[in-house]
Amino acid sequence: MRGEEEFARGAATSVHLAVMSLRIDQDHARFRNIVRGKIRQNLKRYITSGELLGRKGKDVVSIPVPQIDLPRFRFDDRKKGGAGQGDGAAGDAVGGGDPQEGEGGRKAGKDAGQHALEVDVTLDELADILGEELQLPHVQNKGKAKLIDVKDRYTGIRRVGPESLKSFKRTYREALKRQIASKQYDVTRPIVVPIKEDKRFRSWNEVAEPVANAVIIYMMDVSGSMGDEQKEIVRIESFWIDAWLQRQYKGLESRFIVHDATAREVDRDTFFRTRESGGTMISSAYKLCSKMIEDEYPSAEWNIYPFHFSDGDNWSQDDTSLCMKILRNELLPVVNMFAYGQVESPYGSGQFIKDLREHYKTDERVILSEIRDKDAIMGSIKEFLGRGR
Amino acid sequence: MSEFALKTKLPSYLRQEQDRIEKLARDAGLDFFPTVFEMLAYDQMNEVAAYGGFPTRYPHWRFGMDFEQLSKSYDWGLSKIYELVINNNPSYAYLLEGNSLVDQKLVMAHVCGHVDFFKNNYTFRSTDLDAAEGRDPIRSEKDYDPNRRWIDKMANHGELVRRHMARLGTQNVEEFMDSCLSIDNLIDWHGRFQPRRRKDEPDPDLAEEVPRLKAKSYMEAFINPPEFLAKQKKKQSEERAREAGRVDWGRDVLGFLLENAPLERWEYECLHVVREEALYFVPQMQTKIMNEGWASYWHSRLMTEKILDASEIVDYAERNASVMATNGSINPYKLGVELYRYVEERWNKGQFGREWENCTDVDERRHWDRRLGLGREKIFEVRRLHNDVTFLDEFLTPEFAIAQNLFTYNHSSRHDRFEIESREFKQVKEKLLFQLTHGGNPTIVVKDGNFRNRSELFLHHVHEGLDLRSDYAAATMSGLARIWKRPVNLQTVVDGKFVILHHDGRDLTSASPKVGT
Repeated sequence: MRGEEEFARGAATSVHLAVMSLRIDQDHARFRNIVRGKIRQNLKRYITSGELLGRKGKDVVSIPVPQIDLPRFRFDDRKKGGAGQGDGAAGDAVGGGDPQEGEGGRKAGKDAGQHALEVDVTLDELADILGEELQLPHVQNKGKAKLIDVKDRYTGIRRVGPESLKSFKRTYREALKRQIASKQYDVTRPIVVPIKEDKRFRSWNEVAEPVANAVIIYMMDVSGSMGDEQKEIVRIESFWIDAWLQRQYKGLESRFIVHDATAREVDRDTFFRTRESGGTMISSAYKLCSKMIEDEYPSAEWNIYPFHFSDGDNWSQDDTSLCMKILRNELLPVVNMFAYGQVESPYGSGQFIKDLREHYKTDERVILSEIRDKDAIMGSIKEFLGRGR
Repeated sequence: MSEFALKTKLPSYLRQEQDRIEKLARDAGLDFFPTVFEMLAYDQMNEVAAYGGFPTRYPHWRFGMDFEQLSKSYDWGLSKIYELVINNNPSYAYLLEGNSLVDQKLVMAHVCGHVDFFKNNYTFRSTDLDAAEGRDPIRSEKDYDPNRRWIDKMANHGELVRRHMARLGTQNVEEFMDSCLSIDNLIDWHGRFQPRRRKDEPDPDLAEEVPRLKAKSYMEAFINPPEFLAKQKKKQSEERAREAGRVDWGRDVLGFLLENAPLERWEYECLHVVREEALYFVPQMQTKIMNEGWASYWHSRLMTEKILDASEIVDYAERNASVMATNGSINPYKLGVELYRYVEERWNKGQFGREWENCTDVDERRHWDRRLGLGREKIFEVRRLHNDVTFLDEFLTPEFAIAQNLFTYNHSSRHDRFEIESREFKQVKEKLLFQLTHGGNPTIVVKDGNFRNRSELFLHHVHEGLDLRSDYAAATMSGLARIWKRPVNLQTVVDGKFVILHHDGRDLTSASPKVGT
C-alpha cells in the first residue's frame, strides 16, 4: 500500500513548505526576537561588565542569555554525573571536555535543552541592537569609492596540481579504493601506496571581496597615570565602536597607537597591555596618526576615524597648542570625525578636554566625551556615535 | 499532489535502490511498515529535525531555537543529519540531498532497521492511535497494521494551536505553552499499558507490608511489638479508607492537571496537545540504545554482506566509523550494536542457562561453544520484548563493560570539568540504569489536589539521592501555578533536609514540613 496516494495524504498538511520559505522561519524569528529582547534588556550589563569581549569570534559573539531555556524539574548535571565510554584513567577529563556536548545532532530525538543557553549573535546584529537601543543614526558614507580585492579561496579538489597542495587523506583514500577494487590490497599487510592517478589536490577559486574602506585609528595615553581600570574602559569602548562601524562599512581596519612622551604603533593586544611610566606628549600621537593617514589612507578613498583616549594630563601647554595646530591643519580636513574620550583617573588634571572644548566647541567634526567610570560607557558611546558621521 | 511532495520525491535511481534494499532486508527477516523516502535540502532537513521529524507542528519558539542550533552546527561542519525517520504508519524517512550514493544506501538500510523496530518493539505499541489503554503490549497480532497517523495528528495539533493564537494572540498562547512544555516530563512512561489504579487498591507489584521501625533481628520483638504493628496496620487501613475512590495518578502529573485543573477550553486543549506529544516521544527515549543499535546492526550486515560492491566499501567504512565513534559520552549506536552482537554470539555459542552461570573456570568459559546457533532468534526476541533499561539490566555483563571501555564520570569542582570516576562494574551499571530510567528525570508524583483543604496542588519529589536544580525548579513551579491557578507545593529534599516549596504564582517560599504530617 505504498505509493503516491499514501504519500499525498500524509503530506497534504505541508503544502507550500518548500515553495515559498520554510515553515520554521516563523518560529525561528520568534526565537531571535526573544533573544534580541533579552539582549536589549541586559545591554547595559553586557556593556559595563565587558563580559562579551572574551567571547568574540571572527564574526560572532556568543552571549549567555539568561532564562531562555525552558525550565524543568531536573537534576543538576554537575551533581548527577553519568556513565561514559572511552579511554582514560580515573581522574582524567572525560572526552577532553563536557560529556554532555559530545553527541551532537546526529539524530533529532527528543532531548531537552542541555545547558543555560549561549546564543551566537553576529556582530552585525549586536551592532543593530546597540543602534536601536541608543538610537544611533546610520553613518553617512562620504561617498568614497569601494575598493575590491581579489582573493584565492581553497574550496575544491582536482586531479592535478602542485605537490604542496596535495590532499593526503583523499589521495590515500583513492589509493586504498583502487587497491581493493583491483585486489592488490592485502589485509594481512595493509600497505597503501598511491600512484599518480590517485593523487588529489586542493584547488582554489578566485573570490572578489570588498576591502576595508574605513579605518579606525585608536590612540591611547599609556603614561603612568592611566591605570588598569582606565584601560579596561577603553577596551570596552573600542569593542563597541568597532562593532558599530563594522556594521556601517563592509570591512574595517583598526590601527593602534600608544603614546607617552613618544608615540608608536602596536597591535591590538599590546595596545591594551602596554604600560609606561613616562610623561605625556599628546602631540606625538597626533603626529604619528597624521603621518599614517598621509602614507596609507588617502582621504579620497577612506573614511577615517581617529579615537583618542587619555586622562587629559598633557605635559605642557606648549604641547597642547601644538596638538591643536596638528588637529586643525592636518587631521580635521581628512577625517570623518575626531573623537576624544577622557577617562577620569585619580592622577590626571583633566585639563586637555577643556582646552579642546575651548577651541572646537562649535566644530561638528570634533566629539568630546568624559567617561567617569564603567557606568558612563554607554553614554559615551552614544556621544561618540550619535552624530552619524 | 502537494508541491511539497513534488519537490521532495525520490529520484528513480534511488527508488530502485530502495526496492532492492527493502527486499534484502525482508529476506533477512525484518518486518517493517511501508516506508516513504523523501529527499530534502539541508535547510529543510534542519527544519524537519527541529520539528522532531515532522513536517508540521504547533508554532513555538523552541523549535526555532533547535533549528538555529542545528543550522549552526551544520554550517560549522560539526554535525550533519544523515537520516531522520518518523514512527508513523506508513513511515516517513528523509534523505539529505547531495549525499553520495553510498551514504544514501546506508541510510536506507539503517531506516529499514528503525522501522522494523517501530513496528515490532513493544514500547511503540503505546503510539497506536486506536488501541485501548491497558492492552497487553507483547501479545503478537497477525497482520499487525496499526493506526499510527501521527503526521496528521501533529498537523492537527498545529492547526488547533494556531487557531487559538489567532483568536487570543500569539503571545498569550505561547506563554501558556511555555508553562505546559516545562512540565512535559511529568508523565508516566508506562501509563499506557497500565489501567489506572485507585488508591485503595493495593499495588499488585508490591507485597503488602505494615511499616515497621528498623531493627536488628534480635531486637525486633522489642522495637516492633505486636501492639505497635496493630496500630500501624490500623493507621494504614484508615489512610486507605480516606483515600477510597481517589485515583492514584502517580507520575502522571499532566493527566491529573487535565482532569482536575480549572482550565479554560483552549488551555485544556493546549495542555492536552503537549501531553499527547510527550507520550508519543516516550518510546523513542525508552529505546534510544536499542533502536539505534538495531538499525546499526542491520545496516552493517546488509551493507557489507549484500548491498555494497568492492569500490564502495572504503567510503562505507569511513562513514560507519564516524557514526560509531566514541568521545567520552555513551554513543547509543555503538553501545547498542555491540550489545546485540554480544547477545547473538552468546546465544550462538550457548553461553547462557544455569550451567553457564555456574561455571567459574575462566578458560572453560572463554572456549565455551555449544554450537547452538540461537543467536539470530534471540536478538529478534530481544528487540521485541525489551527497552533500554531492561536490555542493559539483563545483558550488560562485567566482560562487556570492560570490552566497551565503560566508566562513570562526575563533575570535579576543583578542575571545573567532568572527570572519569570509576570503571567498577557495579557503579557503571548503576549510573547507566539511573540515567536511562525515565530518561534520568526526577520522580515527581501527585499527592493531593486539595492540600490543607485550600485547593492547593501538592506534588512530591521522591528523592533518590539527588536534589533538584533549584533555579529551574522555581521557574517550573511558577508555570505550574499558572496552570493550576492556585498555589502549588512541592515536597522535596534540599541539602539533606525535607522542605516544602510553595509557589503562590508570584513568589517562591520554602518551609520545613511539620513533624508528623
